[in-house]
Amino acid sequence: MNYENKLLEIAKSDDRIVILTAENRAAIRNIPNNLADRFVDVGIAEQTLVGIAAGLALRKRIPIVHALASFLTMRAFEFIRTDVGISNLPVKIVGSFAGFSSEANGPTHQALEDVSLMRGIPNMNVFCPADEEDMILGLPEIISTPSPFYIRFNSIKPIYPHEKFEIGKAEVIGSGTDIAILVYGTLFNQALIAKNNLEKLGISLRVLNLRTLKPIDKSEILKTVEECDLIITLEDHFITGGLFSILSEILVLHKKNADIFPIALNNTWFKPALFDEVLEYEGFTAENLVQKILNALHNKKLVRVHA
Amino acid sequence: MDKKEVEILEQISLNVREHIIRLTSKGGCFIGASLSCTDLIVYLYKNFLNIDKNRFLDLNRDYLFLSKGHDVPALYGVFVELEWLDKNRLNNHCTAKDDIYWHPNKKINGIEFHSGSLGHLLSVAIGVALDCKIKTSQNKIVVILGDGELNEGTIWEGLLTASAYKLDNLLIIVDRNRFQANVETEKLIPLEPLERKFESFNCCVKTINGHSFKEMEEVFSQFPFESKRVSVIIADTVRGKGLPSIESRADRWFCKFTDEEVQSLIDELHGLSKTKLESESLTVR
Repeated sequence: MNYENKLLEIAKSDDRIVILTAENRAAIRNIPNNLADRFVDVGIAEQTLVGIAAGLALRKRIPIVHALASFLTMRAFEFIRTDVGISNLPVKIVGSFAGFSSEANGPTHQALEDVSLMRGIPNMNVFCPADEEDMILGLPEIISTPSPFYIRFNSIKPIYPHEKFEIGKAEVIGSGTDIAILVYGTLFNQALIAKNNLEKLGISLRVLNLRTLKPIDKSEILKTVEECDLIITLEDHFITGGLFSILSEILVLHKKNADIFPIALNNTWFKPALFDEVLEYEGFTAENLVQKILNALHNKKLVRVHA
Repeated sequence: MDKKEVEILEQISLNVREHIIRLTSKGGCFIGASLSCTDLIVYLYKNFLNIDKNRFLDLNRDYLFLSKGHDVPALYGVFVELEWLDKNRLNNHCTAKDDIYWHPNKKINGIEFHSGSLGHLLSVAIGVALDCKIKTSQNKIVVILGDGELNEGTIWEGLLTASAYKLDNLLIIVDRNRFQANVETEKLIPLEPLERKFESFNCCVKTINGHSFKEMEEVFSQFPFESKRVSVIIADTVRGKGLPSIESRADRWFCKFTDEEVQSLIDELHGLSKTKLESESLTVR
């Protein structure tokens, strides 16, 4: 089962669903032939795409819109905020090729602030699946919830059998207390491999696959902060506004202290290349992560967040 | 333009097309759109634009903005032929070793501005053209748009403004290959009657065969077509031009080919054989 098949299955069972795209059909190639007039391609016009989705939602439809994450969340930002956000319409916004997935496209296509932008919109929710299976697990609930949702599309092949999905609940892997890796999206697999490799060195870890970054699983995060010595935030996103910011906000609001080591893109776009080489060049492979985490432990170059 | 001049340009185009085809096995590229505007870009740099290697930063140079950035392989190919870019660097395509990737960026000498997000560079070109008007410079500002790109609303906002400011130093070229990423333009968001659309925005429009150097010479030499009006050239082109196995096929958008397929395509380019392609194309904007 892939995203497209799952989406089609859900759409066939609920005729309120309309699938839209701004001429980006990579993830939905067979939808046009199978959904007749409930498939709409507006051409390369992301702002119009979102406006049309809002109009459809006014007629009790559930629009699911597709485009590249960068053009959708940034070019059409004000349309998402104003037409979808203000009126709290159940439009599902699927942004593809976010983070490192944009590979060699270059900075124009790099969505590294999409989580930050989307979570800043009142009423908007944010789902960042770890891989294709995680996305498929979350899809039914995301679609049936009568709220706007941003989905950071992901077609990475799973290496971990995910548990049942629930909005606002993190998936916790392991129960180690030395280090917790908080992660979402494409870097989940790297985090998992890094966890296994660090455990071989006698370090105990847990990984939190956060799944929805808004609503975020506050209670699991606070529990993790209580139980673990060092918290790593790992994301293919700018350091501003993403997971590191979310964690910092939670800690300050709850007057908690923690040692945090954020791994993210720090005020720079990444080097355009194919996926594996991007990970290598930017230092995000499991092997790089192991080294970074060991160095962090050794040098204590940590961000201490005080309430 | 005499026969010999045409032959020289045709030879350069052939070489550029070879460079483009080779990039499909080095991380892949948007081959169809690159091949459709190859002849135009060859003509512009060889016979129209007043710009050379030593004048990249000269404020009186002509400007070319490639707004449909995904056809940058054509630009790389032309820069190699002009000896602005070392041919060996094409081997670094899509690697972290270099800055040669799927969309244009200014780290490559000769590229004026980054693009890739459609519907941006007409506005940027208008900004440059406005300043050139204020400074009464005589330079030409050229921007290449894709026909699919005309879906973006910013194109039409830009046309309104460019006409309001009577920018007759601005030349808009539409690479009219009649395809967007996945489908034919007329089957999705029809653009016709396109000439009349531009005319209604008060532009002066001419349509040419975008693969005929003779026609290009005849029409480009008339620029600006009219005083105080924006000039538009609609260049009728063929997506994938030069490769019958790719030409005008909706499913040949972004392509990654094997080394064997690349060799076969190069043979096809030289009229030796038709290629049987096994690799699937991907749909990426």
